[in-house]
Amino acid sequence: MRIPYFPGCAMKTTAKNCEVSAMAVASKLGIEMVELPRWNCCGVFPSLVNDDLMRHVAPIRNLIRVQEMNKSGIVENEYRLVTLCSMCYHTLKEANLFVKDKEKLTKINTFMDREEEYEGGVKVLSFLELLKEVGYEKIAKEVKKPLKGLKVAPYYGCLLLRPREIGIDDPENPTILEKLLEVLGADVVDNPCKVQCCGSYHTVDKKSIVAKLTYDNLRYPIENGAEIIATCCPLCTFNLDSRQKEAKELYRDLKEIPIVYYTQLMAIAFDLEKKFFGLDLDLYYKNPKPLLKAKNLY
Amino acid sequence: MSKSDVDEGKVRVYIMGREYKVPFGLTIMKAMEYAGYRFIRGAGCRGGFCGSCATVYRIEGDYKLRVALACQKTVEDGMYLTQLPFTPANKPVYDVEKLSPSVNVLLEYYPEIAKCVSCNTCTKACPQDLEVMDYVQAALRGDLEEVSRLSFDCIGCGLCAMRCPTSIVPYNVAQLARRLYGKYVMPRAKHVDDRVKEVEEGKFDEEMKNLMEASLDVLKERYTKRDIEK
Ligand code: SF4
Ligand code: SF4
Ligand code: FES
Repeated sequence: MRIPYFPGCAMKTTAKNCEVSAMAVASKLGIEMVELPRWNCCGVFPSLVNDDLMRHVAPIRNLIRVQEMNKSGIVENEYRLVTLCSMCYHTLKEANLFVKDKEKLTKINTFMDREEEYEGGVKVLSFLELLKEVGYEKIAKEVKKPLKGLKVAPYYGCLLLRPREIGIDDPENPTILEKLLEVLGADVVDNPCKVQCCGSYHTVDKKSIVAKLTYDNLRYPIENGAEIIATCCPLCTFNLDSRQKEAKELYRDLKEIPIVYYTQLMAIAFDLEKKFFGLDLDLYYKNPKPLLKAKNLY
Repeated sequence: MSKSDVDEGKVRVYIMGREYKVPFGLTIMKAMEYAGYRFIRGAGCRGGFCGSCATVYRIEGDYKLRVALACQKTVEDGMYLTQLPFTPANKPVYDVEKLSPSVNVLLEYYPEIAKCVSCNTCTKACPQDLEVMDYVQAALRGDLEEVSRLSFDCIGCGLCAMRCPTSIVPYNVAQLARRLYGKYVMPRAKHVDDRVKEVEEGKFDEEMKNLMEASLDVLKERYTKRDIEK
């Protein structure tokens, strides 16, 4: 399967570990994620005006690229666009819903007078949905090194789940990540905070808010026995990992815990080459390697 | 334009609001000089390379403000012309020797690139037909190679910056990217290193001296007979 892939800026910078592991896992499963030949920011920036139109120009441009890829034969009749980053998924999918209103679509198309018209037919997918479609049986077949004895708590954050029209699973009690982790052989730990807010962009100028949320979001899964948290979103990952430093300054009792993307756990369970684990990149506050070594997984 | 003007081969232009008749086929820059203006800023190579003559104009009956290089664009009847001597664009001070080609360095010096709304206005303004929006976006994700590739022909005219609704200065961002890419990422060109060594060792001193001492006639002759690489 060849499918258009939208990386977004995080996958090229702070979340390289997510991309490198996801790409390797995908190719094991026979999925070729073809990066859009041209792409721009998914669309997370402050709108210039309050008519809400302008900020949808960027995501719609990206969706037009999928049409172009089909026309030029880079992919064949594949109008789905897969994303790894939850923020990108959310923004692109939201824009797609926004232009269901034909009047708005016409305005945006008219504004982008150098692009071909967006026809509204691209479907935005998260990588988790694509994995579900590929099937857990097929994934199970690739598990060469089950994550036996590794106590993993899932963490979704909000962008993949809410609002309901955008979400990939039940907005209050999703299970898609748990199912995947079980297939990987992990001991899945219940995480009552799995759909909580990570603090999002407050991390830039109000670190203390995020430090408090990080403390709350980690405390309960740790109490339930979690040794590691599996995430889906670069911003959640950054906040849950890096802000442990500030959280510890506020709450002495916080135990540190490593945070990894579920795609990294897949690469480990598939027993791929170590370079695909994304663990050597200098991106961690709490290095996951010691724990994984202790569990004979690294 | 009346019939007699056409016969005379002239077009009407308005320079800062005042009407002039100038010969057909002149560039904006030459038309303004024809009308008596003298360029002391905003003119350089006159060949479309230096980027100093960026200008804005409008054509009678059309609402759009258009942009062009004054030394390249020829006048049309009913053009409203002016001159932009300088773009006072933001340009942070940095020492490229002390930077590293990290993915965040462009954002550090130009944090406003994160505000790009992908409107493509910059691309439409560019007289070099560059994909300016695409290189701003590549800058946002720290892809120095892509910024360098896409912005290679930028002449720094400043028009993209003047049109950007979020006040980004694409060309200065790109210049930093190319400096970092050239200095830290691109493989060194061995033939350049070799040639620099030869220059330093004095291989061309004699020839240089001859040139410096040659008469104007000799220089002219050598210039017209020079090898031109095609
Ligand atoms: S990129 Fe900007 S500064 Fe460079 S040539 Fe184009 S408009 Fe001029
Ligand atoms: S004009 Fe400015 S906001 Fe619009 S695409 Fe160019 S850099 Fe981005
Ligand atoms: S004067 Fe140099 S580009 Fe016009």
